[in-house]
Amino acid sequence: MISEATKARFAREVAKYPADQKQSAVMACLAIVQQEQGHVSEASEAGIAEYLGMPQIAVHEVTTFYNMYNQHPVGKYKLAVCTNLPCQLRGGNEALHHLEKKLGIHMGETTADGMFTLQQCECLGACADAPAMLVSDRHMCSFMDNDKLDQLVDGLRAAEGQQ
Amino acid sequence: MTTAAQVLAQFQATGVQTCFHDRHINPQIYADLNGTNWSLKDYEARGGYQALRQILGKDGGEGLTQDQVIATVKESGLRGRGGAGFPTGLKWSFMPRQFPGQKHLVCNSDEGEPGTCKDRDILMYNPHIVIEGMIIAAYAMGISLGYNYIHGEIFQVYERFEAALDEARAAGYLGDSIMGSTFSFQLHAHHGFGAYICGEETALLESLEGKKGQPRFKPPFPASFGLYGKPTTINNTETFAAVPWIIRNGGAAYLACGKPNNGGTKIFSVSGDVERPGNYEIPLGTPFSKLLELAGGVRTGRQLKAVIPGGSSSPVLPASVIMECTMDYDSIAKAGSMLGSGAVIVMDDSRCMVESLKRLSYFYMHESCGQCTPCREGTGWLWRLVDRIQRGDGRPADMDLLDNVASNIMGRTICALGDAAAMPVRAMLKHYRHEFDAMIRKPNPQAATSA
Repeated sequence: MISEATKARFAREVAKYPADQKQSAVMACLAIVQQEQGHVSEASEAGIAEYLGMPQIAVHEVTTFYNMYNQHPVGKYKLAVCTNLPCQLRGGNEALHHLEKKLGIHMGETTADGMFTLQQCECLGACADAPAMLVSDRHMCSFMDNDKLDQLVDGLRAAEGQQ
Repeated sequence: MTTAAQVLAQFQATGVQTCFHDRHINPQIYADLNGTNWSLKDYEARGGYQALRQILGKDGGEGLTQDQVIATVKESGLRGRGGAGFPTGLKWSFMPRQFPGQKHLVCNSDEGEPGTCKDRDILMYNPHIVIEGMIIAAYAMGISLGYNYIHGEIFQVYERFEAALDEARAAGYLGDSIMGSTFSFQLHAHHGFGAYICGEETALLESLEGKKGQPRFKPPFPASFGLYGKPTTINNTETFAAVPWIIRNGGAAYLACGKPNNGGTKIFSVSGDVERPGNYEIPLGTPFSKLLELAGGVRTGRQLKAVIPGGSSSPVLPASVIMECTMDYDSIAKAGSMLGSGAVIVMDDSRCMVESLKRLSYFYMHESCGQCTPCREGTGWLWRLVDRIQRGDGRPADMDLLDNVASNIMGRTICALGDAAAMPVRAMLKHYRHEFDAMIRKPNPQAATSA
């Protein structure tokens, strides 16, 4: 079920496109659902398909094609560390490994408390800010040396009342 | 109590290191920015929207016709800043202006070419310059609907651009009957969600239509069959951002900023082994050595080894070659590479080229859309070969095999991603073959005889 509040956000996106091209809003609708629920479920895809008047499989094709859609539940914070060449040259891999040690998980995994999911990702378009990291799709973090990574993880844990 | 949002905000880029420094040379797009002066009022104070007023004849003049605008852009020598370097005025003249149905204008802000982060700073700190450039382009080509497709990973930039669009609409620069004229133009922002391939213009159009971003065959080109099957012109963010200056100062003045056939300034994103990575706006034709100096030079204690001059898809150039180049389309092409998006990836003498190529090959394998077999399968072959060489499991025949796979991808795919994956391989083999050879275990002569 998609709430009325969420539908109001969908409507704002749909309004950008010609009346007979509502499907253009599918990426934005999926991103909204992910922001609200943490991932894109089959039920959400069905709801979006109905809302936009497109086949459910066409929605699923979009979910599975683009890197940032979470097809399964992730931790409360998804940490995506860029390790592409420009970041690799400036400590991207070290940042990823530091987080693996700090969180006690490997990339691709989620901490046992469900707080953090750690991922390696491709170019974020912040190459001069390396090491760069994207938190939960919408927050770019720049110049993430080990001290800053510690501050970020500790800060988020404190904000969530874990310390 | 600090909230999670406050925690995250501490690590947001400020632009100080990458954009608001005094190491640009005669900047046009990044001029006078400080991070707080992005709004409409500030943009107008810098002369913003004067080009649009001039075209529409709102400042006492007669205004400019569509043909005059296109002629001015042609005269400027402006070439596409996204990577291909195609002349912008010529592209605009391909749009069938008399086409009776809907025509579209699209800005490609899907900045995902590894090394590139220039459009992000334009959209974040000077969004109205892109909006004004798009309005002028729409006027010149008789287009009434446009979209700016913004890289999904830079959501804060997307939100900033939406805020700027609201300002422009409220001020009457966007919407119906712009500034009381008969010209109307609607412009919206659309975000991606993580797919390098969508920087390819026809994949971008598919994505904008709400589909998987898989490139289309060309022809038909977007000018005849683009968004929703209608004539469409697509330009890069920085290309649009160059347009207001050209209208205000004239095409000849813009051309004079650079060198013949390479007009204007260009923003270079310098990353990797330099002291001060960042964006540098400099006239085309500036020596590479000067750009390197602006970026603080190679990391202290190290020597320059190689430079990838135009984003990860462009062939690598050894230090001795790039140090003789000027930063413009023609000089870099003559040296055997491409200016591309202007992403300058610098590597010092501590770098292993096999390791660098391995990471790039992984990227292309990961981002191949899977539509064409040579790319889908070939990028995997490239990565597995480089990976096993780097792990010490390479075989002598692997060098020829690498070259063979790369040449069997090139020219055999719908879009340029296949070439983009193959070109770095061939350039690395050409200039740094000895590093690959050294990593490949020499066959053991005794083992050979006993077998």
